Amino acid sequence: MAKEKDLLNTDKWIDNYADYMYNYAIVRVNDSDLAKDLVQDTFFAGLKSAKNFQGKSTERTWLISILKRKIIDYYRKINSKKGQAEVRMNFYDDGENEGNWLEERVPQSWENQSEKSVENDELKKQLSSCIDALPEKYAMVFRMKTIQEFETEEICKELDITSSNLWVIIHRARTQLRKCMEDNWFNN
Amino acid sequence: MFKNLRLTCDEATMICDKSQYGASTLLNGLKLNIHFIGCKKCFLYTKQNVKLTDLYKGYSHSCKGEKHTLSLEEKEVLKKLLLKS
Repeated sequence: MAKEKDLLNTDKWIDNYADYMYNYAIVRVNDSDLAKDLVQDTFFAGLKSAKNFQGKSTERTWLISILKRKIIDYYRKINSKKGQAEVRMNFYDDGENEGNWLEERVPQSWENQSEKSVENDELKKQLSSCIDALPEKYAMVFRMKTIQEFETEEICKELDITSSNLWVIIHRARTQLRKCMEDNWFNN
Repeated sequence: MFKNLRLTCDEATMICDKSQYGASTLLNGLKLNIHFIGCKKCFLYTKQNVKLTDLYKGYSHSCKGEKHTLSLEEKEVLKKLLLKS
């Protein structure tokens, strides 16, 4: 045990890695309290499994690998807890109209587009609130792909999902976001 | 042969969404354009989707520069908790 303690400088963990890990977590989960909890859990788990640290990677890489597991666990939790029910359907899912637009979800023309596209805080607020209105797992994947601009492979690896799964999520998120911006920004 | 080129609106908008990230294929691009001939709804969706991409790109630039840090107080609390464990 003394050997592992020598390899890990646990007294300096907070000073050396807390900000890095917090930043890593928050860009993925977009919730400061949750990110803090994940970082805290990671440090606890790190202490608990200190005996597994063999010094093959840096301390930071080792702690991040624990944090990554915590993020996957969180994603699985929201994936199983909040299923498809929360997703607003945009297309008929059976019958002769299968795959066609549902009447109430058909895109409408947007008014005053140029005027409404000016970069301002109000617009950012609306874009953000439309993402927040998505089911949690959709918001998480959309943010990672579109806002943080992660590669598809990276997201799939980090969340342990397939690329076709990712594209279905992105598709559903974007159709919902389009409607949200139409109702709350362009045609409001 | 032409049956293979037909898309539902759900499939067409999925292709449109993928193309916003440069992840669509040439063949799918062709299918999408054929679909537009008979579907104004998806054509409009695509136009608006491109607009959304622009908006979210601007939003992304303003978010990506942000550095998130814990306050000194939060770090102290965390240190105490770790010491206790």
